[in-house]
Amino acid sequence: MSIKDEMNRKEHFRKAVWETPFHPRTSALNSVNEWHRWKDYTTADVFFDTALEYAAIRNACAVFDLTPMTKHLITGPDALAFLNRLVTRDVAKIKPGRVGYCVWCDDNGQVIDDGTVFHLREGVFRLCSQERQLDWLSRSAHGFDVKIVEDTHEVAALALQGPTSCAVLKAIGCAGAEMMKPFDIRYFPFAGSELMVSRTGFTGDLGYELWIDPPRALELWDALFDKGENHGIRPMGTHALEVARIEAGFIAAQVDFHCANQAIMLDRSRSPFELDLGRLVDFSKPNFNGRRALLEEKKKGSRFRFVRLDVEGNKPARSAYIYDKDKNVVGTVTSAEWSPSAKANIAYASMHMPWGRPDDELWAEIYYQRELKWSRVMARCRVVEGVFWDPPRRRATPAADF
Amino acid sequence: MTDRDRIVVIGGGHNGLVCAAFLARAGREVIVLEAAAQVGGAAVTREFTKGFRASGCAHLSYLLDAGIARDLKLASHGLKWARTGLKTVALASAGDHLVLDGGKLESGTLSESDRAALAAYHAQMLRFARVLAKQHNRQPPRLGGGGRSDFMGAAKLGLDIRLLGRDSMREFLRIAGINIYDVLEEKFESPLLQGALALDAVLGANLGPRSNNSILALLHRLSGQSNGNNGFSLPEGGMGAIGEAMAAAARAAGATIRTGSPVARITLEGDVVSGVELENGEKIAARTVVSNADPARTLLSLLGARHLETGFVHRVRHIRMKGMAAKLHLALDALPAFARLPAELAGERLLISPDLVYLEHAFDHAKYGQCSPEPALEITIPSVHDKTLAPAGKHVLSAIVQYAPHDPRASGDGPRRELLEHTLGVLERHAPGLRRQIVGSELLLPADIERVFRITGGHWHHGELALDQMMMVRPVPGAAQYAMPVTGLFLCGAGCHPGGGVMGAAGRNAANAVLATERAA
Repeated sequence: MSIKDEMNRKEHFRKAVWETPFHPRTSALNSVNEWHRWKDYTTADVFFDTALEYAAIRNACAVFDLTPMTKHLITGPDALAFLNRLVTRDVAKIKPGRVGYCVWCDDNGQVIDDGTVFHLREGVFRLCSQERQLDWLSRSAHGFDVKIVEDTHEVAALALQGPTSCAVLKAIGCAGAEMMKPFDIRYFPFAGSELMVSRTGFTGDLGYELWIDPPRALELWDALFDKGENHGIRPMGTHALEVARIEAGFIAAQVDFHCANQAIMLDRSRSPFELDLGRLVDFSKPNFNGRRALLEEKKKGSRFRFVRLDVEGNKPARSAYIYDKDKNVVGTVTSAEWSPSAKANIAYASMHMPWGRPDDELWAEIYYQRELKWSRVMARCRVVEGVFWDPPRRRATPAADF
Repeated sequence: MTDRDRIVVIGGGHNGLVCAAFLARAGREVIVLEAAAQVGGAAVTREFTKGFRASGCAHLSYLLDAGIARDLKLASHGLKWARTGLKTVALASAGDHLVLDGGKLESGTLSESDRAALAAYHAQMLRFARVLAKQHNRQPPRLGGGGRSDFMGAAKLGLDIRLLGRDSMREFLRIAGINIYDVLEEKFESPLLQGALALDAVLGANLGPRSNNSILALLHRLSGQSNGNNGFSLPEGGMGAIGEAMAAAARAAGATIRTGSPVARITLEGDVVSGVELENGEKIAARTVVSNADPARTLLSLLGARHLETGFVHRVRHIRMKGMAAKLHLALDALPAFARLPAELAGERLLISPDLVYLEHAFDHAKYGQCSPEPALEITIPSVHDKTLAPAGKHVLSAIVQYAPHDPRASGDGPRRELLEHTLGVLERHAPGLRRQIVGSELLLPADIERVFRITGGHWHHGELALDQMMMVRPVPGAAQYAMPVTGLFLCGAGCHPGGGVMGAAGRNAANAVLATERAA
């Protein structure tokens, strides 16, 4: 029974955590049986070994079940106007068949969430978000002729990421997929249904996201693993994706920023500028949520600066305080990993202004445990321009087979 | 001066006219656009039956700001008083009426302790009301604004409360947010006195005597008496005379007033106001638009939610502004005889609210969409003092009927007929034979007040006067300084601080805010 049916019968509460339509396959492959809860779905942390799954992302291809991601279908005559008032960038520039990354703010210019706008067909949009947003979207809809449906449970989705992903796609019948540019959407016939493919992802590599009706989900999975065997396909869990995400420069809600509508303390939320997302703010639009506050911030200056750090040594600086040379706390690490591809100890940090300038002398305070004994190192940090991992194949069109 | 320097005032209600007058006096080109055929808004006199005229909405003047009346020379612009300082008569069906003049009992039976308590209560409430009155002419401080004037504004308010003295301050803070029922139960024995005093706290409000905030609503009503006016007063020619005098003052200062000119929308260029468009399609360019319409109508209908931000729109949509009062106008062929009330008192302010439970029950019915079987009434017969309202020897009775259902369960004309019948039943009980004197009648339900006076929700005050909708959070947090988020748009109506009642303070404060914004630009 589908989740929607269960919800309609008001029986969904009997099961606190749902399984995605791919669960029969993911559970069979999960040899370590490690799961966590992601927006009320059970999701694999790891299938066998994080390092091998990560290696598949960068050297072959890996499949990630992203069905739990919150999705909204936005239609109606005012859909574009509604989205343009909601998000900070100009949605009119996202043409039909294209995807755009965006953030949306409250009236104070503080980021509520980030996500992607899919312009599925002329005037029909899908908004994917990290957090549940129906309440905010419904509030924002007042005065617009727009219909908003959260359809998270009605779309099964997989991320297929890595250098051989395009070859696998073509092998399952997506002829011409190599001509898709980054952020393109294409529709392919599949198993008597329609497979939507977008050249998007969370790994910073060549990769795609595949969207299909839940009843066709297992057929899609089987086709990928059948045709992908010779292309090194593997399932991946969230741990491997997390490493790839940080290398690629993507931020995560509730990790790198606290959602503004959940923040109680005034200084816990962040503006787009404070997340290094100023490029997503388009002041040429006459109105959008947060515009006045962001203009004011532009004038008066931001409170925080988001930076990428290269940290000395090999111990990830998770949740570390950042100090200046006089031992004052000047920032906090929000995400940190050892990057196998960059061969670097990388981190994101939220710095108090004016700290985080390229030649600031910064130190991360890293605690680690060996045989139950805690040790501390002060590791020198260098502010890095750009992201840690950005291979040409991420953008190359046509996509190569590798 | 170019078209762009013009200031358009949407709505020729009393606040709009006061705002226009002060802006015109400051040398601005001002155009007032009034949708109705006559100016005044809720301060208006209408003919409801051939030859009989009544104040269509507000029927007593008790809040008019004396400073504004003086500055605008309303007297020389034709404002005359037919009667000032009306006494209050609490009608008892048995005939033992209480006649009150402020805190003094003029006639009727009250215990010794009630007499003393009444004097003390009246004095104390006036003292508290003075704290509110002092805020009327100040722009509320911006919460979290951090500016010097915001800090000073908040400090002045705190100081005014502190200056009440220790005991009074404690009492003020104790009762400011609570309900009139508890306070009156605590102080008085006489049910009739309690009922009458309670009615003043809930008139026009969506509050029963047991509802929190009813004390604040009372203090607002009393704040006029400490503001230098003459208590409950009747202008000659009805309340419309106030609107007319304000209009005359505005015209004399150079403002243009166009009636019958409903505005369809406020126009923008980018995120800045560019003018207004009338319902007939005419466009008027203006750099500044000041709206006397209520906040919901101004922001959601005339401007449009899409030009504002989500959080702000959400707050505006949830302003509590459901009217629960109806207005009754009766044309009578003779002066009604109230049982055992001397005829010379028939022109005073007559209250029918025999006790607290009566009043609360009246509220209960309306709260659930029904017509109160026994509504409470505030009655005036202005024709006793003012011969211009009715043919010689005939009279006009104007009453506020508390409560009318905001969302009647029944549809069509049923609720109006039902409430009229109930109201006449109550009146007949106190003035036997009154029904036979009626030659014409009109009952305006909240929906009619919404339609006729273009007030969203039909609430006189353009929004409930309550702790969460007063001063620095009126109409909504972040917009209490008259300037709206869209550059060039201001509010000047009762929906802003200091609220409703025919006062004019919101209009003058808004004019000051417009001029201050110009200076800062």
